[in-house]
Amino acid sequence: MINANKAKKELAEKFGFDTERISVPRERRVSLEVPYDQFRQVLAHVVNGMEFRHLCTITGLDEGESLAFIYHVAHADGTVLSLKTRVPKTAPVLQTITDIFPDGTSYERELVDLLGARVEGLPAGHRYPLPDNWPAGQYPLRKDWKAEMLDGVYPKNEVKSNG
Amino acid sequence: MANVKIPIGPQHPALKEPESFTITLNGETIISMDVRLGYNHRGIEKACEERNYIQAMYLVERVCGICSHSHSTCFIQAVEEIAGLAVPPRAQYIRTIIAELERIHSHLLWLGVAGHEIGFDTLLMYAWRDREAVMDTLAALTGNRVNYGINTIGGVRRDISPEQLAGLLKTMDVLEERTKYYIEVASQEITLIKRLSGVGYLAHEDAVKLGAVGPTARASAVDRDIRRDDPYIAYKDLDFKVITDTHNDVYGRTLVRVGELMQCYNMIRQLVAKIPDGPVTVKAPRKIPAGEAFSRYEAPRGEDVHYVKANGTDKAERVKIRAPTLANLQSVAKMMENNRLADVPIIIAAIDPCFSCTDRMVRIHDAGHGRQETLSWQALHTYSLDWHRKQGIDFKALNAKLSRRMKL
Repeated sequence: MINANKAKKELAEKFGFDTERISVPRERRVSLEVPYDQFRQVLAHVVNGMEFRHLCTITGLDEGESLAFIYHVAHADGTVLSLKTRVPKTAPVLQTITDIFPDGTSYERELVDLLGARVEGLPAGHRYPLPDNWPAGQYPLRKDWKAEMLDGVYPKNEVKSNG
Repeated sequence: MANVKIPIGPQHPALKEPESFTITLNGETIISMDVRLGYNHRGIEKACEERNYIQAMYLVERVCGICSHSHSTCFIQAVEEIAGLAVPPRAQYIRTIIAELERIHSHLLWLGVAGHEIGFDTLLMYAWRDREAVMDTLAALTGNRVNYGINTIGGVRRDISPEQLAGLLKTMDVLEERTKYYIEVASQEITLIKRLSGVGYLAHEDAVKLGAVGPTARASAVDRDIRRDDPYIAYKDLDFKVITDTHNDVYGRTLVRVGELMQCYNMIRQLVAKIPDGPVTVKAPRKIPAGEAFSRYEAPRGEDVHYVKANGTDKAERVKIRAPTLANLQSVAKMMENNRLADVPIIIAAIDPCFSCTDRMVRIHDAGHGRQETLSWQALHTYSLDWHRKQGIDFKALNAKLSRRMKL
């Protein structure tokens, strides 16, 4: 068993994080933001050392200058830890976490399609969730994206109409 | 014999929803499966950013036609947490009653579909007839059979009268009798047991590793249920058992669902007995203060998660939804391995997939701005062949061979 406050204490001790940075908004919820160069190390400890073994999902956010990603991982006792990290929008490159969570594939593909993140090491496969002929460089969950940007470029006329 | 790729879909391979499975076969045996999703994207997450919270709540309720209450409750829980609203206990009980009625409706629906997929249509007819009792109850309590619209931010929109509560208990008695019969069928009917046993095997370790949720996970002995582990609405007041099974196959998934039905009746009786008096709503602000919340909900198909980020206005900064089917899809590919082609429909159906909920993120382009085009039958035919060829499925050589034979 681990609860939110115990998780907070362990993270603060293990990585020397300021406790102010780790928030416990309510029972069974902990959230923490870490710089990207520390992210893999913290995630590995959270999963293997603290037994947050279920990946609920990954939330991607457009925060203007940067893209932020929140990895929501759950413990068997119901505690959910939201581990946030961010990368600059000019070079939005992430390492895949599918080596830790093989079920993270779909969630990472969503980040690629909808926010324009580049995920290194993501296994080959179909894109998800956008259609194959979606115009390149359009990321619908970015704040500057508007549906009008599809006018005239989509749907592409792949089939010559003869009717 | 060389491996053969068979395309199944995008038109309803198991349920009446579009998704595309490419199955690689050696003879009748499945070697691997490849899934392509996304055909049902409607852009709900983006659309939520452009609507106020109440509008977004109604939109989110339409993520799924079956788990509609699951999504709207999961969403407003997050919003209420950010706003610091104390939802009245009576409202929490009403939300829980509707939640369990929704599970009954969903599990009975599944039982019928599963019967249909294995050619046991009598089971379909029976289960769906009984499901009507729940649908009528939902309509009586909320005004609608699906998309109940019972929720509002800060509570529920309708109270339940004492007469309705009494009627609810009668319906539970009837459904409990019927479910006992289904349990008898599931445990004694030899054709059903033989048809489902060993089909779609998912080992416990794989279910954990691939992040399976809901009855799919519980039938592989993963003891996880958000109602117990991370209690929300009124579940902390209820006494219930989390049903798990060790069969690890479609048969186990059937036993888990019928077992859960019995728990639902019991929970609704407790809710009726314990429902507190008082108001059913508190006033909610139109603008939600800046903040974020992560909400979980045990939908009939498994863990549903919503993340909401508020920015102080009347519109959300970000709404993220992960429906249970997306979490279960990785497991489906595993379940397929070494099964027969004829088992594909029941294996897919056994996770109780819901692709509309899974595919929800991208706004479909407004056709009013685009040009209108009519495809001739021939053009559509060519398009379809080209599309499949791009997926690596090409029958050109086979067709040529067959036409040569025909000429001989």
